[in-house]
Amino acid sequence: MQWDVVIGLEIHVQLATKTKIFSGSSTAYGAEPNTQASAVDLAMPGTLPVPNEQAFRYAVMFGLAVNAEIARRSVFERKNYFYPDLPKGYQTTQLERPIVGPGHVDIELADGSQKRVRIHHAHLEEDAGKSLHEDFHGMTGIDLNRAGTPLIEVVTEPDMRSSEEAVAFARKLHGLVTSLGICDGNMSEGSLRFDVNVSVRPKGQEALGTRTETKNLNSFRFMEQAIHQEVERQIDILEDGGTILQETRLYNGDTNVSRSMRSKEEANDYRYFPCPDLLPVDIDEAFIEDARSRLPELPDARKQRFMEQYGLNDYDAALLSNEAKLSAFFEDTVRHGKDAKLAANWIQGEFSARLNAEDKQVAESPISTEQLGGLVIRIADQTISSAGAKKVFEALWSGEAGSADEVIEAKGLKQVSDTGELEKLVDQVLAEMPEQIAQYQEADEKKRKKLMGGFMGPLMKASKGQGNPKLFNEILQRKLGG
Amino acid sequence: MAISRNDIEKVALLARIKVDDDQVTALEKDLGNILDLVDQLKSADTSQTEPMAHPLDAVQRLRPDVVTESNQREAFQAIAPATENGLYLVPRVIE
Repeated sequence: MQWDVVIGLEIHVQLATKTKIFSGSSTAYGAEPNTQASAVDLAMPGTLPVPNEQAFRYAVMFGLAVNAEIARRSVFERKNYFYPDLPKGYQTTQLERPIVGPGHVDIELADGSQKRVRIHHAHLEEDAGKSLHEDFHGMTGIDLNRAGTPLIEVVTEPDMRSSEEAVAFARKLHGLVTSLGICDGNMSEGSLRFDVNVSVRPKGQEALGTRTETKNLNSFRFMEQAIHQEVERQIDILEDGGTILQETRLYNGDTNVSRSMRSKEEANDYRYFPCPDLLPVDIDEAFIEDARSRLPELPDARKQRFMEQYGLNDYDAALLSNEAKLSAFFEDTVRHGKDAKLAANWIQGEFSARLNAEDKQVAESPISTEQLGGLVIRIADQTISSAGAKKVFEALWSGEAGSADEVIEAKGLKQVSDTGELEKLVDQVLAEMPEQIAQYQEADEKKRKKLMGGFMGPLMKASKGQGNPKLFNEILQRKLGG
Repeated sequence: MAISRNDIEKVALLARIKVDDDQVTALEKDLGNILDLVDQLKSADTSQTEPMAHPLDAVQRLRPDVVTESNQREAFQAIAPATENGLYLVPRVIE
């Protein structure tokens, strides 16, 4: 049977405020356990929450960026459940009247088409603390520094039809909240966490199948794997005549195994009610207009500009415009290196590959935009070949030298582009290869291309690796009658 | 409106309150009375009334995003039953 996959996402976005949503405790990451947990965060009797204005400002900025309606009045509710990292016994969140109403985000798919993913709503809430299950004499350790950190939970409609679409949306959202500056986007520290709702249904069927929720995926790769695995699991069950249980599942990215997390039905009865400690929050036009005036250039607009200003194609522009930091790195490199297309190629190719391989952020790049720009200039003016450029990049990355020109000088990478000189070398080399020449001249077009490589090797050797390969190629073709 | 023993047992479990059989019988009656009162309230015509999230006719004041709390871990942990390495210790939770 053919199956349709239906995916909806819930995304927890940690807001980059200085303090918590309901108290004046710092939210700085990495502090000693419980040193940023005040009486309010610990749910001491007699304490009262006071909401953080900046959290509302950030939520409104998000809402404006996803074309959503902003609620002029929003209400906090209590979501009741017991867990030791939630000292109040309830999470303060929004349910009936969230701050951000329906909106949408457009994503780019691999085939170049666009797709609209609808946002159901986004609400403000507080994060819980952390439970450490290492062995403390058979007990669990609780760190409440994170308790009360402001989050917006973004809930999408079930509009995605594959893991690729879900990941494309997730990346887009990541680019959006980091460009807005409302979230640091650091997924390994949990600043952005994804819950995926997955169901399958026979192709053509209108009604949705029973869904499961896989929680707390904190990398795009894990998200993709978890979706793949869950889709397969559901299809296997259904094809064996079984039924899908609506449940919450946990995915372990290191082992690529998922398991059911909550089996007790009661666990999901949260008994929401409006929080008596908090009055309704009214947002006026002035507040919304102020938030609007703080919106920076967003990825979609940046993409348009990259196409117009730098002549990038749709694909390159989309990739380079999504993340604000990468965009800035690109633009700065172009400022130093002039050739935008070359800069785009190098940043998406060698540069991104090295960052990924070493698990580094753009900000941690050992190579500066000035250095990369310098390299781009020397590629553009044909001082170095592409093989030479790779060597220069390596040297700059490893910190061997301060600039592309220094590396070119030190390693003698400057390529020879003097045609007269190159022709002499070609003549010398060809004089010693009569058999290969005969073979070449008998060969058909396709085979000739292959045989060409047999001449290039000795030529590069004769020129000590400094001959311009493009020019060698031209001269060869002329001499061999190609 | 009647409330069943099952409902009472479920609510008690959710609230983590231990209720023995005798108490359930008494609660059946007490909670039933409260629900009767709610039924009576529900008979009022509220079709023209905007639902309230809070009984006070006031709006929430917001606070500027400035750190005002200092580290008082020592004071808080002095009254905690068990701590180690700055963590609060609780009976092991396994999920």
